[in-house]
Amino acid sequence: MSPASSHARHLAEAGRLANEIRLSVEQVSYAHTANPAQAPLFTLEATSFQARPGEIVAILGPNASGKSTLLNLISGALTPLSGRILLDGFVTHSLTPRTRAQRIALVQQESPLLFPARAWEFVLQGRHAHGRSLRFASEDDVLIAKNALAQVGAADLSGRWMDQISGGEKQRVILARALAQQPLLLLLDEPTLHLDIAAQIGLLDALRRLAAANRYTVIVVTHELNLAAEYADQVVLMQRGRCLRVGPPANIYQRELLEQVFQTPLSVEFGSSGRPRVTVLPGT
Amino acid sequence: MRPLTLRRLLLQCLILVVILFVVVVIALKFGAVPVSLYALGRDLLRVLFGQSSQISSDYGLIIQNIRLPRILLGILVGASLSVAGTSFQALLRNPLADPYILGVSSGASLGAILALIVEPHLSFSPLFAALLTPLGAFLGAAATITAVYFLGRREGQIDSATLLLGGVITGSFLSAIILFLMSTLSGSLRGLSFWMMGELSTPLQKSVYWFLGIGFLVAAGVIYTTASDLNLLLAGEKEAMHLGVDVPRVRLVVYIAASFLTGLAVSVSGSIGYVGLFVPHAMRFMFGSDHRTLLPTAAIGGAIAVVVADTLARTVVAPTEVPVGAVTAIVGAPLFIYLLRKRPA
Repeated sequence: MSPASSHARHLAEAGRLANEIRLSVEQVSYAHTANPAQAPLFTLEATSFQARPGEIVAILGPNASGKSTLLNLISGALTPLSGRILLDGFVTHSLTPRTRAQRIALVQQESPLLFPARAWEFVLQGRHAHGRSLRFASEDDVLIAKNALAQVGAADLSGRWMDQISGGEKQRVILARALAQQPLLLLLDEPTLHLDIAAQIGLLDALRRLAAANRYTVIVVTHELNLAAEYADQVVLMQRGRCLRVGPPANIYQRELLEQVFQTPLSVEFGSSGRPRVTVLPGT
Repeated sequence: MRPLTLRRLLLQCLILVVILFVVVVIALKFGAVPVSLYALGRDLLRVLFGQSSQISSDYGLIIQNIRLPRILLGILVGASLSVAGTSFQALLRNPLADPYILGVSSGASLGAILALIVEPHLSFSPLFAALLTPLGAFLGAAATITAVYFLGRREGQIDSATLLLGGVITGSFLSAIILFLMSTLSGSLRGLSFWMMGELSTPLQKSVYWFLGIGFLVAAGVIYTTASDLNLLLAGEKEAMHLGVDVPRVRLVVYIAASFLTGLAVSVSGSIGYVGLFVPHAMRFMFGSDHRTLLPTAAIGGAIAVVVADTLARTVVAPTEVPVGAVTAIVGAPLFIYLLRKRPA
């Protein structure tokens, strides 16, 4: 399908489902240049997809395929070279940082803390965009922060210092801070990295539950093919700055396609749930 | 959960104000000429109730005309340096930042000296001429922090060690220029130890105190409006942006206000070092690292620290005086080393 006809199809779909589409990525491209006089170091070719409330979208692809660039564009941190990204009809990169933070929350690789903070202080940071700069935390803010911690099963961590809890616990507190922002759109950059398998499943179960309960649209960048197959409603498959396919996992997980994208022999089976399962076949 | 409330904040500030008051009384009592607490209280009340003319004793005059203005200057300088240090630490995400270590004080000194050199050659009104020195100091401070900021950047990120080294070397370079200027030009410039180490002994006109006081309140007030933005900036600029902080605006406003505070302090007291380093750390240790608490407590704490340091500077080897910056450096430099070693790699 040519980009133009795919765009037309997306527009028609957008018209039909106008009330339901929350995030609309429309023909978005980007070029990363170190020096304007030189050729760009990295380009993202026109990418389009849409997501509804309550939906989990996984962005998949090998290293340097443009996953993080796409996520940064959606978050509004980068301005697209062409195209636009609409969140409930507003162009994300032209919102003020404050308005953006009320609608979009990003969970990324945690940065080290300069001075120690307790988990509840950390979660209250998520309320920043909802208060005035000098306002002290209101009772509502405290309640929302408490709920956020409870929703990720981390209520008992509230009084702990952030540098004294495990990686999995920390990831949940960071997710709680994002929930405290009460966003429409929840973005996660490799949230399962450095987590053991139980913590990975715990986090993704929590995400699925939260997406359904709070009608968040969730976008996850990940390397984990099988976790994406299990939890995602839609998959955006990326390779070398191009968006190859968008669709439900069952349509995307085809052996030849994945082998070509990930440059490794593998097999794809479909379980009883109808979700695909990938096995990597090393040495064949 | 125990979020910060206005009541707790005011209580913490009140405790510090009481300590500051005690320190001021002690500072008034001690000096080359001893004064009894009774005479001190009596004369202070007279000053407060506008009956200064009734103060007849020499003690009273010493207190009113020498010690009190000097203490007031110490309060303003200490508060300014400490708030500037707190701001630089947050913006640069570096717990070791301080106007003196970053070379900003030397930049302000050089700016002030240049203003003093240029001033007699220009025919300004006396009011503007008096403001020229602080203006020069502010411009010097702003130029230096800009230069050091870019020196400390590697691949788009601020590198902590490069930043500190860049600051120290810039400071040493600017000090060399100051030394050069001082040895080639003689005249009405203040002594070398003033610019290099800082002093509070020079009497100033009454209007200067007003200028300092109002300047401090405005600049510190502006910084305080960004207090919770600074809390988030500690986590990194990108993270702060995603949590709703207008990073470029906050950065610009706070850099300008902190440079202004440094310039203000340096133009009247020279380069007093390490106050902006150890006071915020002491306040963090006592009251936590929330900037809504940290900025006001650091201001009062800075006032306490400089008044104490200056009292020591006046009294330890009386009747000779030590530059106040020597006292703060003797306390501050070992603390810097301690923090440097303790810092995670």
